[in-house]
Amino acid sequence: MSEALLTVDGLQAWYGRAHILDGIALTVGRGEVVALMGRNGAGKTTTLKAIMGLVERRAATLRLDGCDLSALPTHRIARLGVGYVPEDRRIFADLTVEENLEVGRQPPRPGAPVWTPEKLFALFPNLAEMRGRRGTRMSGGEQQMLTLARTLMGNPSLLLLDEPSEGLAPLIVRQMADAVRRLKAEGLSVLLSEQSLSFASAVADRACVIETGRLRWTGTMTELMADDGVRAAYLAV
Amino acid sequence: MSFLLVQALSGLATAATLFLVSSGLTIVFGVTRIVNFAHGSFYMVGAYAGWSLIERFGGTPAGFWGSVAAAALAMGVLGAAMEIGLLRRLYRSPELFQLLGTFGVVLVVQDLTAWAWGPEDLLGRRASGLKGSIDILDQPFPLYDLVLIGLGPLVLGLLWLLFNRTRWGTLVRAATQDREMTSALGVDPARLFTGVLFLGCALAGLGGALQVPREAVTLQMDVAIVVEAFVVVVVGGMGSLTGAFLASLLIGQLQAFGILVFPQITLVIVFLFMAVVLVLRPHGLLGRAEEMPPTAPATVTVPLSRGRHAGVWALALLAVMAAAPLVAGDYALILLTEVVILALFAASLHLLIGLGGLVSFGHAAWFGLGAYGSALLVKHMDAPMPLALAGAPVLAGLGALVAGWFCVRRSGLYFAMLTLAFAQIVWSIAFQWYAVTGGDNGILGVWPSAWAAGKAAYYWLTLALCGGALWLLRRAAFAPFGYALRAGRDSGLRAESVGIDVRRFQWMAFVLAGAAAGLAGGLYAFAKGSVFPTLLAVPQSVDALVMVLMGGIQTVAGPLAGAAVFHLLESEVMSMTDWWRLVLGLIIVALVLVFPKGIVGFLSGLRSSFGRRRA
Repeated sequence: MSEALLTVDGLQAWYGRAHILDGIALTVGRGEVVALMGRNGAGKTTTLKAIMGLVERRAATLRLDGCDLSALPTHRIARLGVGYVPEDRRIFADLTVEENLEVGRQPPRPGAPVWTPEKLFALFPNLAEMRGRRGTRMSGGEQQMLTLARTLMGNPSLLLLDEPSEGLAPLIVRQMADAVRRLKAEGLSVLLSEQSLSFASAVADRACVIETGRLRWTGTMTELMADDGVRAAYLAV
Repeated sequence: MSFLLVQALSGLATAATLFLVSSGLTIVFGVTRIVNFAHGSFYMVGAYAGWSLIERFGGTPAGFWGSVAAAALAMGVLGAAMEIGLLRRLYRSPELFQLLGTFGVVLVVQDLTAWAWGPEDLLGRRASGLKGSIDILDQPFPLYDLVLIGLGPLVLGLLWLLFNRTRWGTLVRAATQDREMTSALGVDPARLFTGVLFLGCALAGLGGALQVPREAVTLQMDVAIVVEAFVVVVVGGMGSLTGAFLASLLIGQLQAFGILVFPQITLVIVFLFMAVVLVLRPHGLLGRAEEMPPTAPATVTVPLSRGRHAGVWALALLAVMAAAPLVAGDYALILLTEVVILALFAASLHLLIGLGGLVSFGHAAWFGLGAYGSALLVKHMDAPMPLALAGAPVLAGLGALVAGWFCVRRSGLYFAMLTLAFAQIVWSIAFQWYAVTGGDNGILGVWPSAWAAGKAAYYWLTLALCGGALWLLRRAAFAPFGYALRAGRDSGLRAESVGIDVRRFQWMAFVLAGAAAGLAGGLYAFAKGSVFPTLLAVPQSVDALVMVLMGGIQTVAGPLAGAAVFHLLESEVMSMTDWWRLVLGLIIVALVLVFPKGIVGFLSGLRSSFGRRRA
């Protein structure tokens, strides 16, 4: 495995007094796609938010390319090259597609692919047709594409993708999987949370399985597909 | 005809100033979700700073406009400083804290301005190069006003370009919708907000400096303009620039022609207009439903506790207080009487805020209405004290019945603004209706009956009546009525789905609180022997809020402690200095920053943190 881009160790997180994450440890290598798997409420979303500095209280060793992230505010983490795509999309509904992309724009970063609106419109042809349209008038799939494109405008080296396939039509899910593979080919590293085994197996190299805020299993995607026991214990609904 | 045209034009000139100030207020609100009470202070200081600069450099057109611009920029810098020093810490606080914190700034700025420029009204020189007037249909019209009329649309256009055609504007609009997501995209929200406060306050300062050639610069212009700007922003739809522009035009005309038709009640017309607009279009002319700020009930979700042996403690306290005349002198008794009255006033407000989650910014209306009710009965009908006292809660309750019908239709900030509007209506009636209320001369000679004329006797009477009323309020808090109110506060939707008519309960609470405040007001009138419009004014409402805040929202006993501490502070500490506004303002700011749970909450917090092993 290549040298790790993101190292997370001993990640703890709380919502108020509720202890949500207890000692999550994982790494994402350069150009690697890692799937964070687990049932509803296992702590996948919280893990991504905690990396991004979006939970009230957390404690961890967090390193991106040697930089310590644990004490930085969210916008500094983003500027170091972490792109965050939330599960609930959160596009700016009052802004047009182009304006949404503008909000995400950051200067190019050495060692990470550089994105422009034109390049993104090539990747997501649907968006190209609605540049001037406001977010309120877009379908769920289009919104999901826009969220991803908006984050890419920051030229991240690591992408945190929260449940990218959730609530999308099968055709859009396939487009999404294609997009993730394209991003990997461009050299991006991806940490995605996912409940769908088929989506994860289509895009991920490795998987980390969590349950009730603890890391239960890690291994390659192939190993996970072969291990009926793990899948039954932590993923089967 | 030509007269009407000129009147309309001068309405447009007023509208231009109003728009400059309101646009700043609405921009700041749109992004930070804070209603900045201190916005008018930037207008006022902008006018003072503009006056000084224009006196010195205003001899040439370039000097004049340079002075105006410099004053505006200076206010922008001060606004940015306020964001960094205060607002930044209040973004997650309940709106009560935001309103009070920024009102603290109003007080501080008033005293600092008086210190720097003196208490006299200042008359500025006319704008160089625009001193004359032109004839419009044979009526002279000032050139300067004509320039102002053009300035309104110009600023609107420039702001539109700024928000729609620049990256900064796009980021601000994004942050308005989703602050957290914007920061996750690498934008520093803190810097963005500082910039927004700079812009908003610079617009207020610009409005102020532009007023220098038109009218006197006074220490009263801050609250006057901010209340008008509130109306404009609420009517236009909070956060909407175009809405603010439209509303400014409408209100400018309303004032220009209202003064011809009803010269006595111009203030009332504006507020009535706002109430009507809000009932017809709940989110203002151009506001949208989703622009409603999420209220922040999180800090009041701690359930009220009855307290152990509360009854025993209350009786013990009552016994001690009843024994006070045995040892206390006249002055101490007067002070204690006022404390007891204010405790009821604060407790009645607490019923609305603590139980109903309804932050009233005009609670003085009912206190003052009670006081005026008693005084009017004495003055015009020669009523004996008991009858006059009984009239106080009745008049206040009736007033609250009418106002409450409007107010409870809205929640959160709109509720606060509506209550403020009604308080201003009542205030302006008391202030302007000389024949009946005596205007700012007030009503004198409201003395108790002979049997209650002694200090001790009146104190006992007050203690008995307020004690009874407080007991009733407490009973209400722990009765099904109180539970229903709290259910409506914590989740209106869920409360309604189990069959609670939330609005009706809130309306009842509003009337109950109004009547209780009215009783306090009536007692206050007889304690003082006179009533003045200040009893109905914004600062009186804020005093009540400070008392509630000092005591803490989470406890029923809080407002009592708050009233006592506040009144003793006010009469003992603040009377020692001429700068009481400065002191009070700083206390308020400290309170919202350091003791968000109030005195009682702070003490019980200390107690429980000693009792509990730290996690």
